[in-house]
Amino acid sequence: MAAVAGTERADQAAVPPGTARRRRSRPPAWRWIILVIAGAYFLIPLYAALRFAGFKAFPSVLHQSGFTGALALSVRLAVITTVITLVLMVPTTVYVHLRLPRLRRLLEAVTILPIVIPPVVLIVGVLQISPGSLKSSANLLALEYVVLAMPFAYRSIDAGLRALDLRTLVDASNSLGAGWPSTLWRVILPNLRTAMLSATVLTIALVLGEYTMASLDLYQTFPVWIVNFEQTSGPVSVASSLLALFVTWLFLMVIATLGSRRAARTGGSQATLFSVVRRDTGGTR
Amino acid sequence: MTTNIAAGTAGGGLSGRDHPDTGAPVILRELGRSFGNVRALDGLSLEITPGEFLALLGPSGCGKTTALRIVAGFETADAGYVAVDGKDVSSIPAAKRDMGMVFQSYSLFPNMTALDNVGFGLRMRKHRSGERNRRAGELLEMVGLTEHARKYPHQLSGGQQQRVALARALAIEPRVLLLDEPLSALDAKVRLQLREQIRLLQQRLGITTIFVTHDQEEALSMADRVGVMRDGQLEQVAEPSELYAHPATPFVAEFVGTMNRIPAGLLAAGQVRAIGDAVQRLDGADGAVPGDVDLLVRPEELRIAAVPGGNGIVTDRTFLGSMTRVSVRLSGDVTVKVDLLSTEAAAMPPGTSVEIRLAGTPVLVAERR
Repeated sequence: MAAVAGTERADQAAVPPGTARRRRSRPPAWRWIILVIAGAYFLIPLYAALRFAGFKAFPSVLHQSGFTGALALSVRLAVITTVITLVLMVPTTVYVHLRLPRLRRLLEAVTILPIVIPPVVLIVGVLQISPGSLKSSANLLALEYVVLAMPFAYRSIDAGLRALDLRTLVDASNSLGAGWPSTLWRVILPNLRTAMLSATVLTIALVLGEYTMASLDLYQTFPVWIVNFEQTSGPVSVASSLLALFVTWLFLMVIATLGSRRAARTGGSQATLFSVVRRDTGGTR
Repeated sequence: MTTNIAAGTAGGGLSGRDHPDTGAPVILRELGRSFGNVRALDGLSLEITPGEFLALLGPSGCGKTTALRIVAGFETADAGYVAVDGKDVSSIPAAKRDMGMVFQSYSLFPNMTALDNVGFGLRMRKHRSGERNRRAGELLEMVGLTEHARKYPHQLSGGQQQRVALARALAIEPRVLLLDEPLSALDAKVRLQLREQIRLLQQRLGITTIFVTHDQEEALSMADRVGVMRDGQLEQVAEPSELYAHPATPFVAEFVGTMNRIPAGLLAAGQVRAIGDAVQRLDGADGAVPGDVDLLVRPEELRIAAVPGGNGIVTDRTFLGSMTRVSVRLSGDVTVKVDLLSTEAAAMPPGTSVEIRLAGTPVLVAERR
């Protein structure tokens, strides 16, 4: 980010101020064309869904049978999945960065596997090895989701760690008398907050939208409920989909905004949905 | 940059640290460390007296940082041990060694203000919040950054960040202060200021300090003694003036300061002959076999005079202020550098025929290259 900012300053210095201002106020036409095409691609289906459902369908969504239970189950699974994912992935990734940097490529390859392996195969495998008590619990789904979320969570946390001078921070903390728990809690985690927010956002989005595994495991999560309810009332089902989309988007924006605000205050990394961008921590000159 | 160390504005806040010789003696004994096939340290032994400022100087990869990290407890030695205050600390983890360290890269915790960074070590030692902030404030005052106490690291300049890092390292009242090239990331002016500030603080607090650098100017200007390292071993440990005037080995002679190499002939009775002069060898002549060698001589130890038909031709001049360094090509395509007053050098433009002579002081001899 710092480098980008530096480039921008250099560019601005090279051209007269007036020219720079004109360039900023008038982006090239091709940018608008791409923006309009992309906007149309995303917005037209949403508009069509909105027209199909009609505004009257929205208030009735909340009163449909099974809606509250399905939503509560999805939220519960999202929370459990996020907690387990962070508890597993953060210490593991930190440890690999510090002690086993040569294993980073291997870990990257391993975390890709859930994307490569079809969910059906994953479920069959999990059902084979999971204990009986878990098979009858919806929490089994959370464990499966942890595996599914691994590629996204790992990449977010890995990007966050790359943005830090982890080795120096850990050494500095140790030299000042902090043991491992204190270093992790007071130094690493606060500086990894935005990366963890990014991982949280992606995990929650994944859980709230996952259909295949829940359906195969015969649990009625929110996406499963929407598909099932479609057979009863199409407009209400579409309205609930739009509602879920809006609420999820709102939720993600709140998390991302909170993360960015804190990053702006402390000069730390800034979370985006798919990466962590390092800010200039080299200090002012 | 405001510096109020000399005035001692921190008063008695740092109990028992305002007098020299409160640091601990440090002994490095036969330290060995390998990374794969690379021998980073090869039997390094060193004794540092209480309150001494010792610089480890050497080229990249000579093992100086590895030695420092072993003293700090971040690395373990394959062989040998480190003793602080007479006790072997090899088995003590870094967190319990009570050593303050300032790193090369900016190491402040980005999520904490300058005040919280300085107070971090005290927090780990269970100091109460009020006491912690008071002492952190004193330390920030000592490094002239009181008005920046509430700023985050990214709001500070590089020099300010390193001063906060220094205050943070001193806050825990370490018995040994470790400095791992803390000035190398700074620009020249700030580097000079911080150099003086570190030296003043160290002298005032009397903390035993090990300073690692590849910059000979830093090492020579700051340290009580300088240890020159090469390939994991110490070539020489001496006071800066001794190191410059009487280097123990050709490597030290050429690494510290500027050195000319002139082809010479080794004579019997500890003498060496070059450019028509015979001078005494600095390192004695025990067992030396007469033959071809290189003579090592500093620019200020050569005499130069503009003489038609002399033994050299001026090829270049570098203005250094009051002095000018004149490059002279001798016969055999050997170029030497000679320092002389700029007023005298003005009369010797490139192309001038000059006569180069040895000053007559004892010189160091190396194998012919």
